[in-house]
Amino acid sequence: MIELSTPLSEAAVRGLKVGDEAAITGMLYTGRDAVHKYLHEGGKLPDGVNLSGGVLYHCGPVVIKDAAGNWKCVAAGPTTSIREEPYQWQIIRDFGLRGVIGKGGMGDQTLGACREYGCVYLHAVGGAAQVLAECIQRVPTVHFMEQFGAPEAIWEFEVVRFPAIVTMDAHGNSLHKEVFAASQAELAKYV
Amino acid sequence: MKMLADSLLELVRRTSAEIPDDVHQAILTALEREKHGTIAESAMRIIDQNIALAKQKSQPVCQDTGSIIFYVDCPLGFDQLGFEERAREAVTTATRKGYLRQNSVDSLTGRNDGTNVGPGSPAIHFHQHRLPEVKVRLILKGGGCENVGTQYSLPNTPLKANRDLDGCRKVILDAVLQAQGKGCGPGILGVCIGGDRATGYEHSKQQLLRRLDEPNPNPELNRLEQDIVETANKLGIGPMGFGGKTTLLGARIGMLNRLPASYFVSVSYMCWAYRRQGVRLAADGAIQEWLY
Ligand code: SF4
Repeated sequence: MIELSTPLSEAAVRGLKVGDEAAITGMLYTGRDAVHKYLHEGGKLPDGVNLSGGVLYHCGPVVIKDAAGNWKCVAAGPTTSIREEPYQWQIIRDFGLRGVIGKGGMGDQTLGACREYGCVYLHAVGGAAQVLAECIQRVPTVHFMEQFGAPEAIWEFEVVRFPAIVTMDAHGNSLHKEVFAASQAELAKYV
Repeated sequence: MKMLADSLLELVRRTSAEIPDDVHQAILTALEREKHGTIAESAMRIIDQNIALAKQKSQPVCQDTGSIIFYVDCPLGFDQLGFEERAREAVTTATRKGYLRQNSVDSLTGRNDGTNVGPGSPAIHFHQHRLPEVKVRLILKGGGCENVGTQYSLPNTPLKANRDLDGCRKVILDAVLQAQGKGCGPGILGVCIGGDRATGYEHSKQQLLRRLDEPNPNPELNRLEQDIVETANKLGIGPMGFGGKTTLLGARIGMLNRLPASYFVSVSYMCWAYRRQGVRLAADGAIQEWLY
C-alpha cells in the first residue's frame, strides 16, 4: 500500500506504476459530466478550489445535512469515467491535476495527458459506496450546487486513506489495455 | 392498502441495503479463490466489507440504486391498478427516506423531479397464477452494468457464431470480453436465447430472479451455464477488470421460441451489487415470508 497525501507532487505521481495500491489522504474534489463540460468550455473554477496538484473524483455522491447542519456523505462510490474522455486531457493540462479517480478506466487521450503532464488514473472499487463514504471525514463545502444539482456539483471531501488502484500511470501504461489484450488472447483458446 | 404500501417500502429498503445470501456466498467463495496479496483480492475484500457495512447501517449497497423492477405473481381478480398505485407510493417514500437515490430523469427535458416515479419507473410486471398467494419480487439494476448489456443476432460472421448452442456460447463469451470490468464485475449474466428484440432482453432480465445456487432444470442450458462461468473465469479479467480469477459469479440462461428468420441472444449483465429480494404477502398485504 502506497500512502499519498494531497497536494500530490509530480515526483510522487511519476513514481507510481500500474497495479500500485494507494491510500489517499487529504482533499478530493468531485466532478462529473456537468463540471467537465463547463471547464472544457472555458468556465472558471469557483473561488477556493485549486486543482493544482489536486485529485478529481468522478463521483455523484449522496450527501445529507446532519442534525447540526453539517454536510455528511452517506454514499460515495465512483461513476463511469469514460464519459469524461473528451474533456479530461484538457483539464489535466490546464488545471495541473495530478490524479483522477473513477471506475472503468479512460482512453488514449487521457493516457497521453497523464504521461505528458504527470498525472495518474486511480480506480476505486465500483459499487463500494459505503466503504468509500467511511473514508470521508468531513465535507467542508460544495460548489455549483444551484447550477448543476447535488450529484453534479463540486463537493470537497476531506479523506483519510481512501483506497484506489493505479490503473493508468504517467509512463503510458494502462492496466485496462493490458487486461483486455490478455483476456482476448486467452478467449481465442476456448472458442 | 396501507399495509401493502408499508410492505413494499420494507421490500425496497431491504433490497437496496442487503445482498441476498446466495449472492453473498458466491462473493465469499470468489474472495477466497483470489490470490493473496493481489489487487483482485483487495477489491473483493472491499466489496465484502461494503456488503456488511450497508446492511449494518441500512444504507444503499451502491449509490446507484438503479432501475426499479417489480415482478408480481398474483391470483385471478387481483387489483393490479391498486398495486401499481401502492408501488409508486412506496417508491416515492423510499426515495425520500434515502433507500433509493433520486435516479429517474425525464429523457426529453433532463429534469429529475426527485421521486423516481415517471413513465416506465418503477417497472411492474404482473403474472397471474391459479394460487391464492401474492408474491412480489424486486430487482434494482444499476446503470453501469445495464450499459454493458448487449444483443447479438446470429449468425455473427466476425465471431464465427452459427445458429446453434456453440454459436450462443461464442457470443455470450464475447459479451464477457467486451464488458471487461466496466459493469462492476465480478458479474452475473442473465441470458435469453431466442425471442424477439424486446422479449429477448426482458426474458434475460427475468433470469436474474433465479438463485445462484440452484441448477437450471434444463440439462443442456445447465451445462452451458457452467461452461460459460468456467470459461469466463479462465480469461483473467477479474474483479473490476483488475485481472484475477473471478470474472463471473454466475450465468443464468433461459430460452424463448423464435421466428425461423430470427436468432437473437440477449445478454443482461448484473454487477456484484446484485440487489434482488422478494416477499410472499398475506391477504391484508403484510409480509409473510422473505423469498431469498
Ligand atoms: S454497476 Fe452496479 S455496483 Fe457498479 S456503480 Fe452501477 S449499480 Fe453500483
